[in-house]
Amino acid sequence: MNRGGIGLWGFAGTVVLTTLLAGSQALRLTRINIPFMLGTMVTPDRDRAKVVGFGMHLVNGWLFATIYAVAFQSWRRATWWLGALIGLVHALFVLTVGLPMLPGLHPRMASEQRGPTPTQQLEPPGFLALNYGRRTPLSVAVAHLVYGGILGAFYRVR
Amino acid sequence: MNARPGQSFGADGYAPIGDYALIGDCRSAALVGRDGSLDWLCWPRFDSPSIFAALLDTERGGRFRIRPVGSYETERRYLPESNVLETIFRTPSGAFALRDLMPVATEEEKQTSLLPEHEILREVEGLHGEVTLEVLYAPRPQYGEIQPVIEQRGPFGLRCQTDGAVITLRSELPLELAGDDGHASGTAVVRAGDQKYLSLIYSTEAPAVAPPLGDLARDRISRSERWWRDWASRCEYEGPYRAAVVRSALALKLMTYAPSGAVVAAPTTSLPEKLGGERNWDYRYCWLRDASFTLRALFDLGYPEEGDAFLHWMLHATRLSWPELQVLYDVFGADHLPERTLPHLSGYAASQPVRVGNDAYGQLQLDVYGEVIDAAARFAHAGGQFDRETANMLAGLGRTVCARWQEADEGIWEGRGGRFQHTHSKVLCWVALDRLIDLHQRHQLPVDVEQFRRERDTIRATIEERGYNDRLGSYTRVLDGDDLDASLLTLPLYGYIDAAHPRMAATCARIHERLGRDALIARYGESTRDGLPAGEGAFGICSFWAVECQARGGNLAGATAAFERLLGYTNDVGLLAEEIDWETGAALGNFPQAFTHVGLINAALTLAECSREQQPVGRVTSGKGVEVSP
Repeated sequence: MNRGGIGLWGFAGTVVLTTLLAGSQALRLTRINIPFMLGTMVTPDRDRAKVVGFGMHLVNGWLFATIYAVAFQSWRRATWWLGALIGLVHALFVLTVGLPMLPGLHPRMASEQRGPTPTQQLEPPGFLALNYGRRTPLSVAVAHLVYGGILGAFYRVR
Repeated sequence: MNARPGQSFGADGYAPIGDYALIGDCRSAALVGRDGSLDWLCWPRFDSPSIFAALLDTERGGRFRIRPVGSYETERRYLPESNVLETIFRTPSGAFALRDLMPVATEEEKQTSLLPEHEILREVEGLHGEVTLEVLYAPRPQYGEIQPVIEQRGPFGLRCQTDGAVITLRSELPLELAGDDGHASGTAVVRAGDQKYLSLIYSTEAPAVAPPLGDLARDRISRSERWWRDWASRCEYEGPYRAAVVRSALALKLMTYAPSGAVVAAPTTSLPEKLGGERNWDYRYCWLRDASFTLRALFDLGYPEEGDAFLHWMLHATRLSWPELQVLYDVFGADHLPERTLPHLSGYAASQPVRVGNDAYGQLQLDVYGEVIDAAARFAHAGGQFDRETANMLAGLGRTVCARWQEADEGIWEGRGGRFQHTHSKVLCWVALDRLIDLHQRHQLPVDVEQFRRERDTIRATIEERGYNDRLGSYTRVLDGDDLDASLLTLPLYGYIDAAHPRMAATCARIHERLGRDALIARYGESTRDGLPAGEGAFGICSFWAVECQARGGNLAGATAAFERLLGYTNDVGLLAEEIDWETGAALGNFPQAFTHVGLINAALTLAECSREQQPVGRVTSGKGVEVSP
């Protein structure tokens, strides 16, 4: 395995993915903010949560890059479109399984079963994270396609 | 409780709107009639398609009814300080109680017992003698478009599927499927001391949770009663109208969506503002215009958790449209709510069309900026803190106000007759900038304070010059206009002007004179073009604003008398609709209406405040708020 490649391109892919999602937020396409979502697992301070969450997201990015790398190694090749294909599956998993499961793991996220006790917590993402805006699935899918594309294009199989 | 005939249907088969009572679990709600018929239910949340909608079409809508066979009288109440509804049916041979609720539990209790996603529990208890009762179960999902296939699953109940979910009815009363027309029914004799349970559940996940009946169902009722009583006991209002205030708080709580903190305007769609007319709207969404008054009600009653949750929902929901604000959003902040009609439903008492979605989401209502920012200011005054992002967001809203306040808009009543220079909207733009300047001073909000001051003062000068008509002796509905609007009653409530100021006192008097009758107030005159045929009831919230205005203007006795007359328009369980029929006092429009109950609560709070101080008092504002330069 090319550990240097995982480290470098996992980092680059995660930074681009985060930037794309932040851009989607700025363009009012979605409210999803993954660093904020992750960071609030450990701190209620919004500003601090974003910093801590970015660190957690980066670690996640490297972990997933390792999985991508295992796939590339087993196929003995890495191309941008193979990476994007894994990225698409990754995005579908995040949208249909990962995010909907989050209320069960996240100490500050409400579930759709909450009530009547009110929530001052994070609203649940719901199916395909549609609670964060109807264009959220599109934004998440594009960001993960690009993440996978970067890994596929630049990772060198050994 | 007063006994009334159990059925008071009109010739068209529809019970009066005020004959309904609300049950819910802060995620969804249902309406139950005096005849024991559950005629409105949307699952899994307020704005989901209905499962029962006999409210909007007695033939096609679907219902779930439990009532005696033959003639009967009913008495009805909520169990003390709870949202558990009890209807007592009295017949010549005996009586039984029907208790309806959506069971609720604390978050801790939910972690120790497996509960269904959604449940309606109905308890039948024989009180004396014996009564033969009939049960009709006719689910019609998707607003009555689907006639589902109901399967008999023995001890697992009657089951039908709809749009990715399973609806199951388990019953201790015998029910038989009736042919293939998608309903089940049965009769049973209930004797004194009998307790029977029916549990309707909705599941999107399999295996579905089937909660037990019998004693364990009784436990769920006791637990729910306890939850509601505990919640109601936190109400800090101790004035003479505590019962009405607590009931309004409980109704308001039922219209909150706990997972996000949103408050819906009403749990229903298309109940008509004019019987047989087309003023039928979908109110199962969240209007920003209600924000400030709702927050005052929640904070001042002693429910800061609900208030904070609502404010956070509002600031979060509006991020997709920032720095512009929409008029309404759904419970999770979705900003695209296109309106469509449901022609297959005949509508309540033939009031068509039945609408779902609400096109008002695309309107421009500049008053919402003032509402949202005033709500944020209330939060800050109550000790709340803004993070950097929220502070920047509020500042951005202020910049939008500076850029757009001179534009015409649809106004608070979201008329469909075009855009006008509404005076009320200008006042709320003033409120927005005034509160932001105050927040800057107290909480270092990053705003261009000089620009905001300049614009705020220009707005005030414009209102005083063009929004007040000397000939009429009143502020006017639109700039340079000569007609009235009840929204002007809110001017002192936002601290724009003192209620006792000659201009405001005159405005209040003109509104009573031209838009009022007894304690009731119309929102505007019949000559005002709103894009629809004229004729609607008195507007509940406006009537309560008038009470506040009178009290703050110094006429506490008159305000108290008016308030007590308005309490007479609540139904037998203390609920109010959006509007009140001028002639009959009947409820009109969507029911119950959160904003009307917010009005009742705030009026009671103001009466208590004024009577404590025994003199007119101003509302929270920053210095300039009560100064007027005619």
